[in-house]
Amino acid sequence: MHDLRFVIPPQDINREDFASSVPDFNRRSEIMRTDFGYRCMVTNIVQLTEQERLFQLRIIDPVERTLFRFKPGQFLMLELPGYGDVPISISGSSSNHEFLELCIRKVGHVTSALFTIGEGAPVAIRGPFGSSFPMDEMAGHNILLIAGGLGIAPLRAPLFWINEHRNRFLDVDLLYGAKEPSQLLFTWQFDEWQMINHIKLHTIVERADTAWPGKKGMITDLFNDISIDTAKTYAIVCGPPVMFKIVCNWLDRLGIPMNRMFVSLERRMHCGMGKCCRCMVGSTFTCIDGPVFDYWSVMNLKEAI
Amino acid sequence: MIYKVISKTEFTRFIDALVLNNRSFGPKQVATECGGNPVYQFQQVHSVDEVAFDYSATASSAKHFFLPFREELSRFLFHGSEWEQQISYEANPVVLIGLRACDISALNILDDVLLHGHFPSPGYLARRKNSFIIGMDHLPLPDCFCKSMNHHTVTTGFNLFCSDIGDDYYLSINSSKAFSFLREFETRDPNHDDNCMLVERRKRIQNGFQTDIDVTALPTILDIEFDSPVWEKWGDKCLNCGTCAMVCPSCYCYSLTESFSTNLNEASREKKLYSCNLVDFAVVAGGHNFRPKNGDRLKYRYYHQHRGFAENANQQICVGCNRCGRACLAGINPKDVINDLRMEKESCMTCVSSSPRKI
Repeated sequence: MHDLRFVIPPQDINREDFASSVPDFNRRSEIMRTDFGYRCMVTNIVQLTEQERLFQLRIIDPVERTLFRFKPGQFLMLELPGYGDVPISISGSSSNHEFLELCIRKVGHVTSALFTIGEGAPVAIRGPFGSSFPMDEMAGHNILLIAGGLGIAPLRAPLFWINEHRNRFLDVDLLYGAKEPSQLLFTWQFDEWQMINHIKLHTIVERADTAWPGKKGMITDLFNDISIDTAKTYAIVCGPPVMFKIVCNWLDRLGIPMNRMFVSLERRMHCGMGKCCRCMVGSTFTCIDGPVFDYWSVMNLKEAI
Repeated sequence: MIYKVISKTEFTRFIDALVLNNRSFGPKQVATECGGNPVYQFQQVHSVDEVAFDYSATASSAKHFFLPFREELSRFLFHGSEWEQQISYEANPVVLIGLRACDISALNILDDVLLHGHFPSPGYLARRKNSFIIGMDHLPLPDCFCKSMNHHTVTTGFNLFCSDIGDDYYLSINSSKAFSFLREFETRDPNHDDNCMLVERRKRIQNGFQTDIDVTALPTILDIEFDSPVWEKWGDKCLNCGTCAMVCPSCYCYSLTESFSTNLNEASREKKLYSCNLVDFAVVAGGHNFRPKNGDRLKYRYYHQHRGFAENANQQICVGCNRCGRACLAGINPKDVINDLRMEKESCMTCVSSSPRKI
């Protein structure tokens, strides 16, 4: 019998040097850190409708707070320990480094739990993940923003960006459709957007009583109201899954090039890092390659919209 | 890579010494099928006699040593309204004996996905680093189609690979660890005869494949046949059990669940392997299911395995081990599905081109 002892020693991966070669997409250099969240405190909660609330978060650690940067269109994973984490698009301004704003609808397990917490409660975030709207590329053009229902939430971040750099853009139109007048979100900002930022806001609702002064109908009815120079326009579309195809076909017919239409998709996600495959559409991950896609790449993807 | 030849008796002593001091796993017969065929699994072995070197194929793949069915990702300890998050990336060293070439190829594909992206998985990395893999070539089973997927041979991803050449094993040594272990045993450099025997053995394996799937331009065909009735036909048979993904050596989808402990002081986040054939795979909050039909989900699996990943990483996920085909209760196997899909267009084209007099 051999008395040789071939014991394989455990290797400590925390000391692996390749960890530093990973792209620091997630703002911290150690790979382990993608599993840890930033500690945040809920500083304010605004009840938008019965179903939706706007959560204002502040990262507790001052160093982490200054390091945290995101681009309009990106999302983050909001963690509530014990309940799970959910992908939420950031609807605050990307230049606001103090507070993060997340518009959340109460639909699932985690979001229901989120609606029970109050101001001052701790939560954690991971991220930011995903692609963003190419705001620099859009500069010098007309912008057409089309939002359906909760789709206004991811569009609010580019809208903030546009407002902060308003002189870089030509005409900005915002088409916003909802089911009922009471479902319209961020109504307190409508005047600010229209008066101060000169954004042409068109709202429409599907159902309304006689007290509603505005238009009634589907979001596509609003296309008759606007006149845009299609050669100089970028479009950003976000809404429920059924809306994308209808709206993008309309825009296509109007003559906006497909690579200038941007959509923000939603899928079920468990990791946000391209590992769990839950958000996979054809060959692309919604979490890494998306959630912002141009219509050209999404149109070729089967089952995408 | 260094090549050596070791006699079978010496090789047995080597494995014995390795098994004695390390947590080792090797193929073992665990049951017998109704047809009389033995069922093998990778199980812990304590001596070399327990290893079934002449096994056919294990029912489950070797991926579960790297991606366990259930894995705790992090633990939360609550102190009042605050909490502490604990994550451990510890992995115990493990020796895996007798992996097939396609099993090792599958691990290489998992490396591509889980380590070479933007966000490497630390847990997987820890396990991969702490494994000692001894590969072994085998004559193919009648339903294997690794050759079609070009995974019947493997050149990286293992520490030691053994090819059976009569009385000896032809060793491909791919790590310093394996080399230093083997220094204690009697090996010799391969001579001309050994090399000839190796080529002979390789040829026997290559010619032993009875199942062949034509995967030429499969990504394009999958695109063309996206709305084909073939998917509905096979989807109707599918039971949505997810067995195929569980036995697949390269499927890695998962789901996360968080749960409180009963005293409410702790919570844990668990990762469980999932399958894209399960009904709620693509359900988003609010209840919309992006893939509501059986056929949609089955199609998605083939789409991911043979097209989506090919676009991203320039290789297909499937390694051709046909474990999913063997395990499927509904009798769905990749060979039939892909051939069916091909026939859909090819049969039609033949009838157009070869019968000019057809009115």
